[in-house]
Amino acid sequence: MELKEAFAGTLESGDIMIQIAPTNQKGLQIELDSSVEYQFGNQIRKVITETLTERGITDAAVKAVDKGALDCTIRARATAAAVRATGVDVWK
Amino acid sequence: MQRLRRTMMFVPGNNPAMMSDAFIYGPDSIMLDLEDSVTMAEKDAARLLVHNALKTIDYGNTEMVVRINPLNTPYGKKDVEAVVKAGVQVIRMPKTETAEEVVELEQEIEKVEKELGCLGRTQIMAAIESTKGIINAYAIATASKRMMGIALGAEDYCANLKAQRTPSGDELLLARETIVVAARAAGIDALDTVYSNLNDMETFRKEVELIHRLGFDGKSIINPRQIEIINEVFTPTEKAIEKAKAVIAAIKEAEAKGSGVIAVNGKMVDRPVVIRAQRTIELAIASGVLKKEDL
Amino acid sequence: MSSIKERADLIKKAAADMGKDTYKNNTSKAGIRRADFKKESPKVVSLEEAIRNCGMKDGMTISFHHHFRGGDKVVNMVVDKLAEMGFKNLSLAASSLQDVHEPLIEHIKNGVITSISTSGMRGKLADAISRGLMEKPVVFRSHGGRGSAIANGDLHIDVAFIGASSSDPLGNALGFSRSENAKSICGSLGYAIPDAQKADKVVVLTDDLVDYPNTPSAISEHQVDYVVVCDSVGDSSKISSGAIRDTKNPRDILLAKEAAKVVINSGYFNDGFSIQTGSGGASLAVVKYIRENMIQQGIKASFALGGITAHMVKLHEEGLIDRLIDVQSFDRAAAESLKKNPNHREVSAIGYASADDPSSATHFLDIVILSALEVDVNFNVNVLVGSDGIIRGAIGGHPDTAADSGISIVVCPLLRGRIPCVVDEVTTLITPGSTVDVVVTEYGIAVNPDRPEIAERLKAAGLNVVDIHALRDRANSVIGKPDPLPFGDKVVGIVMNRDGSVMDVIKNIKA
Repeated sequence: MELKEAFAGTLESGDIMIQIAPTNQKGLQIELDSSVEYQFGNQIRKVITETLTERGITDAAVKAVDKGALDCTIRARATAAAVRATGVDVWK
Repeated sequence: MQRLRRTMMFVPGNNPAMMSDAFIYGPDSIMLDLEDSVTMAEKDAARLLVHNALKTIDYGNTEMVVRINPLNTPYGKKDVEAVVKAGVQVIRMPKTETAEEVVELEQEIEKVEKELGCLGRTQIMAAIESTKGIINAYAIATASKRMMGIALGAEDYCANLKAQRTPSGDELLLARETIVVAARAAGIDALDTVYSNLNDMETFRKEVELIHRLGFDGKSIINPRQIEIINEVFTPTEKAIEKAKAVIAAIKEAEAKGSGVIAVNGKMVDRPVVIRAQRTIELAIASGVLKKEDL
Repeated sequence: MSSIKERADLIKKAAADMGKDTYKNNTSKAGIRRADFKKESPKVVSLEEAIRNCGMKDGMTISFHHHFRGGDKVVNMVVDKLAEMGFKNLSLAASSLQDVHEPLIEHIKNGVITSISTSGMRGKLADAISRGLMEKPVVFRSHGGRGSAIANGDLHIDVAFIGASSSDPLGNALGFSRSENAKSICGSLGYAIPDAQKADKVVVLTDDLVDYPNTPSAISEHQVDYVVVCDSVGDSSKISSGAIRDTKNPRDILLAKEAAKVVINSGYFNDGFSIQTGSGGASLAVVKYIRENMIQQGIKASFALGGITAHMVKLHEEGLIDRLIDVQSFDRAAAESLKKNPNHREVSAIGYASADDPSSATHFLDIVILSALEVDVNFNVNVLVGSDGIIRGAIGGHPDTAADSGISIVVCPLLRGRIPCVVDEVTTLITPGSTVDVVVTEYGIAVNPDRPEIAERLKAAGLNVVDIHALRDRANSVIGKPDPLPFGDKVVGIVMNRDGSVMDVIKNIKA
């Protein structure tokens, strides 16, 4: 899928900023900086991976700066970044 | 029991921290906003955030409302799709001027609901924010069976009216009374505009007392600190509760006897008194000053 | 007839019997005006002289108070000087440490400081220690526990360095100054009083040397060996501003109001009650919300204890609280009040909260309102180590007041972002659950099953009393189940109970 660089989210507490960029490498390379890395790092990576895969993004360089976002927020921000990167909206 | 709508708290649709814990302050309704509090560049992201929050977060008994963008913007229809799919209870339409706009929104909602197989699930409330809207208030209030309430948006209305905003709110009196009358005639709720100066709680309280006297069901609010004052003003006094309890007891007695005549202390009670008593009891229970068991 | 000459032999004999000399009348009076005496004394020396004259040696224990909190300048100034003078292997016994003490990292690396005891620590120093910076584990004590340890010799102090906002040349010292040249103010010096009483040598550092007598004083000249004048002992603005600082955070306000309802309906809210509030926006604000009920019901408090705040001062000045017993002034208003209000008095850490001393003030405390980083389903509380395993707080008087008070109320949000505050088991045990009675969160109020009478009273008042397990479940349902923390095998901290026993250890967190 054709990708352009895009991001969504903020650095406010309870939010996460997710940036997607095209890459030549295979797979999703997720670089995560989180205030709750020890407790939720794996879960955050999992939600980002699932969400991007659902939006058809399988190869990308992903940077995420997390400020304690809940899963539903991570999903929303990952989706928004994916929509912006692919130009394909979720809604009709 | 009818739902209380004393407080409808605005929460910006692009602020995840506020969205996840707004309900702990105990507003009757939460209104997640996709319109004025979200910049154009963030409309898509806020829509997704609101969609995911509604689907995931347990808001308890709080009524969930989303204010969408007007349908004539590039965002409105997508907003409808996103929030109906997430199971929102009420869509609040901003800047409503005519009954036709309500019908158009209803059609958009129906399209999504048909696809989901949940026809009729979503209610509508209309914010009236212009002189034209005030003139059409009753038509708007009765435009759809989904209508649950109409609300006043004072800033735009006043600008349109060429009036000055004052602390006493003289300039809003006609609009406020029109909203209440139209809502009552349509059998739906009437909600007042926001008060945005958080440093002046005195004037805020006076405004709440005013709209309570005028007959409003509640008010839109912008901060949890406003909830307590509204609930205080809307909580019936002990005396009023005692009176209402006597009326309710009389109704039960009449029902038991199979009599159509309700009497308290030998005096016949008129229907308006009964209705007022019922509302007093509902408010008293909701405010926590009366327990159902005590009836 | 008997003249002194005639009695000379008898005087000699009496002196010989007593092993004393006979009086020789060879004194002459100094004619100098006494006002000049008031300004000087041989005790006034430079910091370097003070250190040398105290007989400082490698391996000794030095102590400090934290009344200037983030504005403290004494710890860094003294330790820098000790390092410069070449001392090594020192033990640092602070009443607490703050972000500002980050320079200690270098002194630890260079072997100047090799062991630490404190109530808590924050910032980069705490981070480095949590990751294993020190060979010896840091010893953490409560304020009352530290007082006891100093009194009974568990914690021996060789030299105490006490920052003071005023001192006279003999060492009568205070946390405020009555002079016009006052440079700093921190209020009570309660945590430094045991050090002054028990340390082998005591050095007062002050930025306002005033004329003798600077009394009434917190630190008495009889305990002080040297007085060092320096530019600044602390930045008072870091304590807090002079005005009442009201939290605007709606969640804190909600929690404070709920906690106030708990206080009012607890059964301990009676005329003559006593109260303490711990640090944290919500617990500090509780006083504001019980004030109205005190006025309405005609209830007055006999005393407020502990960290004294502007809110407490207001109620004191309104006649709603009779006495303020101040071990630490939480804001400038409290510090100023200590200076001007006669019934606002400071208390030493021992008189405040020592478990060994049945007359310490906490034993007479009805209600304490405390904060928490974590509470577990057994009501155990952690206020020291973050949920990420990094030290980021202080024990303070938490376990002391919880244990001794009639009712202890812990106020904390159920969630801080994605960090849960009600958990299965606290990361580090600081205050045992058997001493914690009520936990107030925005999702409901949990009452320790050991206190059913309190639960009944709160339920009768219509408060939302819930099982603490339900709070934990609610937290988990919102945030998901956290992964376990990556702890290593090294012990970086030891938590002492206030009775001197070892309660828990803190393991290093792997980077």
